[in-house]
Amino acid sequence: MNPVVMSLTLRGLLGRRRSVLLVLLPLLLVGLAGLVRWASGADPAQTVPLVDGLGLGTLLPLTCLLIGTGVIGSEIDDGSIVYLLAKPVARRTILLSKLVVAWGAALVFAVLPTVLAVEVAGDEGARLALGVGVTAALAALAYVAIFVALSVVTRNAVILGLLYALLWESVLGGYVPGVRDVSVRQWALAAGERTLGGDAGPWGVTSDVALPAALVLLGVVTVGAVVLGVRRLQTLRLTPAE
Amino acid sequence: MSTLVLDRVSRWYGNVVAVNDVTMTVGPGVTGLLGPNGAGKSTLIAMMGGFLAPSTGTVTLDGAPVWRHPGIYRQIGLVPETEAMYDMVTGWQLVLANARLHRLADPTAAARAALETVGMTDAKDREVATYSKGMKQRVKMATALVHDPSVLLLDEPFTGMDPRQRLHLMDLLHRLGDQGRTVLFSSHILEEVEEIAGTIEVLVAGRHAASGDFRRIRRLMTERPHQYTISSSDDRRLAAAIIADGCADTVDLTAGTLAVQAPDLGAFVHALPRLAREHGVRLLEVSPADESLESVFAYLVAR
Repeated sequence: MNPVVMSLTLRGLLGRRRSVLLVLLPLLLVGLAGLVRWASGADPAQTVPLVDGLGLGTLLPLTCLLIGTGVIGSEIDDGSIVYLLAKPVARRTILLSKLVVAWGAALVFAVLPTVLAVEVAGDEGARLALGVGVTAALAALAYVAIFVALSVVTRNAVILGLLYALLWESVLGGYVPGVRDVSVRQWALAAGERTLGGDAGPWGVTSDVALPAALVLLGVVTVGAVVLGVRRLQTLRLTPAE
Repeated sequence: MSTLVLDRVSRWYGNVVAVNDVTMTVGPGVTGLLGPNGAGKSTLIAMMGGFLAPSTGTVTLDGAPVWRHPGIYRQIGLVPETEAMYDMVTGWQLVLANARLHRLADPTAAARAALETVGMTDAKDREVATYSKGMKQRVKMATALVHDPSVLLLDEPFTGMDPRQRLHLMDLLHRLGDQGRTVLFSSHILEEVEEIAGTIEVLVAGRHAASGDFRRIRRLMTERPHQYTISSSDDRRLAAAIIADGCADTVDLTAGTLAVQAPDLGAFVHALPRLAREHGVRLLEVSPADESLESVFAYLVAR
């Protein structure tokens, strides 16, 4: 981990104009949670559709995409990453430093707002918040790793990430049952389902994937993405288009 | 003292060959990499700086390969052509961050010295986003110089500079070269290169077309057939006079204007006004037919 890389990354992430979205998206979720509470009278079973569908299904991957591409994709796009790469610092260190910043940002801008939304919309003794929190944290870990790696691999990371987050995770998963087995969201939900225990069924927090398989898959995807990101950064081609 | 050695280096992108079998040794002093736009200068510098793998051949710095070897950046300072920097920090913060990334013993002193060298001490506390192009260029120089590198690679460092900034940078490169550093910069302007470069390497269409000091390159470029189109009050009479004088090999009147090819630029440009005056012909227009840098360089390659 390199503190200079981390501080430059953080300034780059928060200093750009699109970082406004990092605040607006969570506000949207918490605002809607307020409306749900008003309508449902703080019933956890009514909280789940909002938090699971919109929160975990759409806003969490979107925010992770913004963060994942924001910590490294923009620098690769405009070429300013050359100032980090032209240093006697291992590329692995550079990528891991950026990942840690991204994970921290995801915790603040994606995981905590989701938990907060649960509390606002309706919970029983913070049990649902814990289950959703575990799910959101695991999903954010994997999403951020995937989107950081994607930013190093391709300049079209934002488009591909959007297609994955919106089409694969949200829409296709709704029509094609098999797709749900290959989904970060479903894997992370398996952990949330286990955390909730007996409450999971009545509240509607269910996953299509069994817990051991889900954890193994999450681990493999996250570690795989990190390794891929490091490898590709080591051989990143930096030339102006001639 | 460091030496960069390129041994039979080629680089292609798909079917496009950007750099074609280049062998050169870049040693201490200032070297200019000269070539028209699209000649492969940036690709070559990217390979020298370890940002691109040669498709074939090797690039080594004092015997060690530069590709996939971040350790070389202790010796190399790089001034990239891209204008993007970390816009949201001040010049001082950026240079200091670069010094820290190099794990220098005293990053503050190094950053201060580097900013002083490029003459940016006064504006150091402004955000990079507010800098002019020339100021950005100087801060880029400072980030490259902060760790006192023995090799400095600069990609088109003079673009966007006003004449005063240009002189300042030329002077700086001169000094760095005199200190025994290996300084290589690219440019497509001969005058810029011959002003400061002890050695000039000419790259055309990816090929290493010529190498030597500026006198040799200048000679190669001027001692070649020069073509002119001339319009005058009496083309026919002037053509006869030029042929009789012998200062041109070919005189062509078929296209309606007078086209002349002269083997020696100096002799011809001195003879032409004299001939016109002697024969009472008024010269209306004399223009070099094909003096673009591309064609000059293409001639060198075809030789």
